[in-house]
Amino acid sequence: MQTAVVILLDGLAYGMVLFIISVGLTVTMGLMRVVNLAHGAFAMAGGYVAAVLVGAGMPFFAALAVGTVAAGLLGGLSEIVIFRPLYRKGELAQVLMTFGMVFVTIAGLTFFFGTDIKRLPTPDYLSGLVDLGFRMYPAYRLFLIAVGALLAIGLWYLIEGSLYGARLRAAVDNPRMARAVGIDVNRLFTITFIGGCALAGFGGIIGADMLPLEPFYALRYLVPFLVIVAVGGNGSFKGSFVAAITLGVLDTAGKFLVPGIAPYLFFGLVFIILLLRPHGLWPAKGAG
Amino acid sequence: MKPADNPALADDRVSPLWHAVPWLLAIAFYFMAAGYHSLGTSILVYILLTLSLDLALGYAGIITLGHAAFFGFGAYAAALFAIHVYSEPVTGIIVATVATGIFAALTGMLILHTQGVTLLMLTLAISILLAEWANRAHTITGGEDGLRVTMGYVLGLFRFDLWGRVAYLYALAVLFVWFLAAWSIVHSPFGRSLDGIRQSPARMRAIGTPVWWRLVAIYALSGAMAGTAGALSAQTTRFVGLNTLHVLISGIAVVMLVLGGTKRLYGAFIGATIYVVVQDIAAKINPFYWMFVIGGLLMATVMFLEGGLMEVLDIVRRRFRQLFARVKS
Repeated sequence: MQTAVVILLDGLAYGMVLFIISVGLTVTMGLMRVVNLAHGAFAMAGGYVAAVLVGAGMPFFAALAVGTVAAGLLGGLSEIVIFRPLYRKGELAQVLMTFGMVFVTIAGLTFFFGTDIKRLPTPDYLSGLVDLGFRMYPAYRLFLIAVGALLAIGLWYLIEGSLYGARLRAAVDNPRMARAVGIDVNRLFTITFIGGCALAGFGGIIGADMLPLEPFYALRYLVPFLVIVAVGGNGSFKGSFVAAITLGVLDTAGKFLVPGIAPYLFFGLVFIILLLRPHGLWPAKGAG
Repeated sequence: MKPADNPALADDRVSPLWHAVPWLLAIAFYFMAAGYHSLGTSILVYILLTLSLDLALGYAGIITLGHAAFFGFGAYAAALFAIHVYSEPVTGIIVATVATGIFAALTGMLILHTQGVTLLMLTLAISILLAEWANRAHTITGGEDGLRVTMGYVLGLFRFDLWGRVAYLYALAVLFVWFLAAWSIVHSPFGRSLDGIRQSPARMRAIGTPVWWRLVAIYALSGAMAGTAGALSAQTTRFVGLNTLHVLISGIAVVMLVLGGTKRLYGAFIGATIYVVVQDIAAKINPFYWMFVIGGLLMATVMFLEGGLMEVLDIVRRRFRQLFARVKS
């Protein structure tokens, strides 16, 4: 029972990090049907910026803010320079371009920072242990769960409750119809892309504890990010949340309970889900 | 239709003598490049891998990042066969090819009714699962340590020598056989139907093409070919390790293919040669430079040169023709 609670908490914290990083990817991939393998690079960029700043003596939360903004700016820049010419091209061109970006970031980061794990220390007041009644538990993980839950609620409200959200949902379900009723889908996309990259940067920073920062980050975690998009369904906010949390908990539970066969179990499940529902659990309506 | 729309037809317009050029160059390399035969062999292995990807990704439009699974499968199959059963290379390579083809057919049947990101994901997942298994099945694959292989004489006659001369010729012969096969596949009605499936699966289905079966067939063929490439690499280097299954291999294959140009078979020759040479030079300076160079090349190809380097050759050739025409008149 106690083990179960710990597994659940660990899994939740991991799942929240995955959710924060990949929610932007899900929405942008659903919106523009553009394959983006370089999303992890933005999470990594945010993480490295924050790590350098904290290393230079900046407080954690200030570095968190700067790193998030930096990832967003970087996202905006690459949307204009790299992604815009890609929309008209085929999936293959998109795969190649974004795969190339991953290679270039790996080489660039190695050049500047070396191959070692870049440490991003968490603030002292969050790195202690909390008494759960039956055992001690790292406070930082509880903090992660809280932040993730708050963000999810905020994003849910943004998407379900605001005018921006209504436009976004319309554009994901049927981009051509959305254009026809006067929604500027391209601008919407740019904004969403920037937001998604900023969120990825944010997740990369606060999640550095669970997904350590190193040059191969974008390649190493590419598969979990893509799994969340594919399983949740392109463009589905709800899908990405459910998929990320499930993935986090299952992966953690697997590693705890059946370490030998955990990856098979996990990928086996993903396999079955995708075979039964090739468009994910909650596909965008237009994707059909 | 412009000839550029259908590179397969564009190839046919070229004087048949041109087809001898790459093979003559390969043979010339054998006589001239003493000391570089093992580099030459690895180029040939990569050409074969790229050629296999051209069938699946270029012609049939199957978006995959999982060809490392077939490359590695073939490599381990060849190594295990040589260690436990029979060490003659030609038998080994046939066994490895057939085994990989069956593996590719089975996985293809599972995943080929999906498309786009989902398909990409599934191909990635299969190759990662296989790599994970190879890492864990220490007693069979040697895990992190890999497997060392002692090969017998080719056909019982030629011994793999220390300088890799026999290995080079052996690889060249295997590549030539597969190239002929690929050439006839691409120019058969079956190959043309793949062209159609790439452009519009729905329309091909509407005119009665069994799309799924065609895709499974070409995926299995392509997988078998990639398996041969893996087997060649295991036999000629007499070693197989986990890196043959790494996702990076899939990425590299895509890079080489796109660099050379998709849907034109010879693109694989140019792409793989340039890749291996650049990597060899760049890696001597700093191992991470080549990742930068390769990533940059990929991005540049997509941005400026969608047809790959073969298109440059096409443009040059067309310019020359115009020039000749003008000189004549």
